[in-house]
Amino acid sequence: MKPPLFAYRAPTTIDDAVRFLAEDTDAVVLAGGQSLMPAMNFRAANPSMLVDIQHVAGLKGIVVENGRIVVKAMTRHRELELDPDVRRVNPLVAEIMQHVAHIPIRNRGTVVGSLCHADPSAEMPLLFVLLEGTLVAKGVTGTRSIEAAAFFQSFLTTARRQDEIVIEAHLPALPAGAGWAFDEVTRRHGDYALVGVGCVLERDGSGRARGVRLAACGIADRPVRLAAAEAVLNGTTLAPADLDAAVRASADAVTQADDMNTSASFRRRALGTLIRRLVHTASLRAARNGTRQ
Amino acid sequence: MSRTEIRPLIPERSEDPRSEVALTVNGQAVRRTVSVRMLLSDFLRYELGLTGTHVGCEHGVCGCCTVHIDGKAGRSCLTLAVQANGCNIRTIESVAGEDGLLHPIQQAFKECHALQCGYCTPGMVMNILSRFQEPEPLDLSEEGIRDILSGNLCRCTGYINIIAAVRRAAELLGRE
Repeated sequence: MKPPLFAYRAPTTIDDAVRFLAEDTDAVVLAGGQSLMPAMNFRAANPSMLVDIQHVAGLKGIVVENGRIVVKAMTRHRELELDPDVRRVNPLVAEIMQHVAHIPIRNRGTVVGSLCHADPSAEMPLLFVLLEGTLVAKGVTGTRSIEAAAFFQSFLTTARRQDEIVIEAHLPALPAGAGWAFDEVTRRHGDYALVGVGCVLERDGSGRARGVRLAACGIADRPVRLAAAEAVLNGTTLAPADLDAAVRASADAVTQADDMNTSASFRRRALGTLIRRLVHTASLRAARNGTRQ
Repeated sequence: MSRTEIRPLIPERSEDPRSEVALTVNGQAVRRTVSVRMLLSDFLRYELGLTGTHVGCEHGVCGCCTVHIDGKAGRSCLTLAVQANGCNIRTIESVAGEDGLLHPIQQAFKECHALQCGYCTPGMVMNILSRFQEPEPLDLSEEGIRDILSGNLCRCTGYINIIAAVRRAAELLGRE
């Protein structure tokens, strides 16, 4: 279908952009439009105003410095996926990106837009929760940093105020020698995940796991860290019995009710399978001596 | 106005707010004043008469409307015409030569019988062309080609011949 009527603004400064948002409580930000435009074409979203931020100065590009990746508001998925510096300091990003929709969608959709859309099955919010990324939001009253864990509040709901624009998202590099893995269960490649799991871990000289991080999407109203499973795995040799215990410890994390896509019990089984598989892959990729291979 | 009342006159043109857009389409500068909610797909078809860009689902799933936006494949149904202001747009009409000589990707589709009704073909070709133009190495395995094509739906040939056409195009373009 065609989108419902709206007023359109294309500011060139961030101050104008946040002012437009502040003046109209039904105004929304338009970046890549790959979630918003389908919702509008379906008439599921009916904003009074679109504030198109593509011409706003200073919102393009990726900066990799001091062990962190700074993703600006208009950075497209495909840009981040193919960036050689990002691949070097954080190979998990490109691995996750393979699962985000399709290339033409990744050419247009923005990373920050996906974070602000906050679909609980989406991969980018999971990445930021897994690695404890930070978002920088600017409003008329000033700029503030929001931890990813506090940013995602519920289904399509974030800590971003209506008059704020997330101008940057910060993601750390992986620790030297860390192993990483991501995979998801979907009906078709490129769909939103029924369940997705990301894992990062390190191994000490004796092969024991440390710094284990696990997070999942598609199992709750937001992406969640699997803290109980992490605690079980830290300090172990990641033996089958340790993985069994981690899977048992994560069972309560599935709070998503049965829906048209699948059942909660299927999600619980898929989550367990993914945890076993991805911890294994990450541990194979982790260097034993703490240096990057 | 009540819902049952017969309206006296339907306006010829909508009363939507309008905005001027200036962009480049297939190398030509274009300037139009359009409704702010006009989709780029409708802009190309109804304002410029470039009906090679097809419209299937209008929510980004089918890929028929794929064009190049500043050199990269994108959905014209998920892009407003006003968003394309200042952009460089390329559509299927620009792919074959002036003399009608098919582009190697089109030639490969023809040779491999990779189209039947042809509705999805413009989007397929624009998507494949964009991927071929990226510096990123091509994965021409079955899985790699399926990944390239995963955002384009075909409802009649199936994908076997389209996958063969991508391989053939890579051959013709010396990308193997």
